[in-house]
Amino acid sequence: MKLSSCVRAAAALLLAFAAMTTASGIFAVTPADSPQVEVKIDNFSFGPGTITVPAGTTVRWVNHDDIPHNVVSNDKSFKSKVLDTDEAFTYTFTKAGTYDYFCSIHPKMTGKVVVQ
Amino acid sequence: MAEKPEDKILHDHNHDGINRRGFLKCMAWAGTGAFCVVKGGILNSYSLSNLAGISPDDSKGELTFVQISDSHMGFNKPANPDVVSTFKAAMDKINALPSRPDFMIHTGDISHLSKPEEFDNVEQILKSASVHTVFYVPGEHDILNDDGQQYRERFAKGSQGAGWHSFDKKGVHFIGLVNVQNLKAGGLGSLGQEQLEWMQNDVKHLSRSTPIVVFAHIPLWSVYPEWGWGTEDSAQALGYLKRFGSVTVLNGHIHQTMQKVEGNVTFHTACSTAFPQPKPGSAPSPGPMKVPDDQLRGLLGITEVNQVKGRHALAVIDSSLSG
Repeated sequence: MKLSSCVRAAAALLLAFAAMTTASGIFAVTPADSPQVEVKIDNFSFGPGTITVPAGTTVRWVNHDDIPHNVVSNDKSFKSKVLDTDEAFTYTFTKAGTYDYFCSIHPKMTGKVVVQ
Repeated sequence: MAEKPEDKILHDHNHDGINRRGFLKCMAWAGTGAFCVVKGGILNSYSLSNLAGISPDDSKGELTFVQISDSHMGFNKPANPDVVSTFKAAMDKINALPSRPDFMIHTGDISHLSKPEEFDNVEQILKSASVHTVFYVPGEHDILNDDGQQYRERFAKGSQGAGWHSFDKKGVHFIGLVNVQNLKAGGLGSLGQEQLEWMQNDVKHLSRSTPIVVFAHIPLWSVYPEWGWGTEDSAQALGYLKRFGSVTVLNGHIHQTMQKVEGNVTFHTACSTAFPQPKPGSAPSPGPMKVPDDQLRGLLGITEVNQVKGRHALAVIDSSLSG
């Protein structure tokens, strides 16, 4: 009986891990309780342009354009490397506040993360 | 291109072919047979398919140079999966010109991702050109991740600041400007105060009859600010050039040819050797334009510029790669 409960626990753990990895893509190391939000870069714009998230949220920007972009906060508190097609950048917002950001290659592209 | 009524010069007060009260604006898609001409000395622009129609006098000058732009070495998406071969085709076109140009200008986006191998590739292919002297300005794709350090080491030795520079050739003063660095959120291309001061000083001692050629990556006129196709402090730069009789501005960035004449200044943008971009506002974004394979080369090209001494006129000829 002891062995079987052990197996059940292991299976549950595996299932939880599988669920976590599925939900967060490649970010299996992110704690399960850390919310994830994705911002798409498409047609030279960030979508959604403004997101409101709880503190501790990890935001993932994915570039779907044929042209490279980057993600740079106006106050330079975070800055991605250049993202070629299908490349992504993640940043975890730990403190409440409003974070304006833009693509420093195409500065007409702007976005905002409101952390509550 | 058929002349549209609004392109006609209605008030030619100085009998020089330029409407100084407004501007003559003409957009030409190189390779489609479209071209625009300002008669009276300032500007002639032809696509390659019309080169045969240009008299030898018009195609010769005491100074000739070629503008190439936006080679985007490393780009491999469907809009042009083979930017190497189209760049090589541009070299072939340059080598086939009736006389060897004095030098070349590359108006930026040499590479697609600022990778060393991309820069290497461009430099290697450029060796196949009959013209060995090349002057550069950086595009935003050339300064990714390192604020342009690698670009300056390779292409802008001896330049100032972010890579701006000037030089004289046969009486023409050339100014290469950098408007892709330190861009602000929501803004356009930017020259910045330090560069503007340098430029003001650079032209201070020139006589007003000196022909001036300014080249920079992002257009120095408002082509389409909604897509970032303009430079926020270009008016200040052009202000330093008001006293000169002939000013030509050459830009890249928008991957299509466009011309505009305003007062003493003629503005030109060059085609890309890599991929075309849509007409301003005609698409959701300025991303690479996918066209049928047999049309691609017609939308890519080089620009040859002739300067005829004594006329202070610059003739810009846009050649497509398909001819």
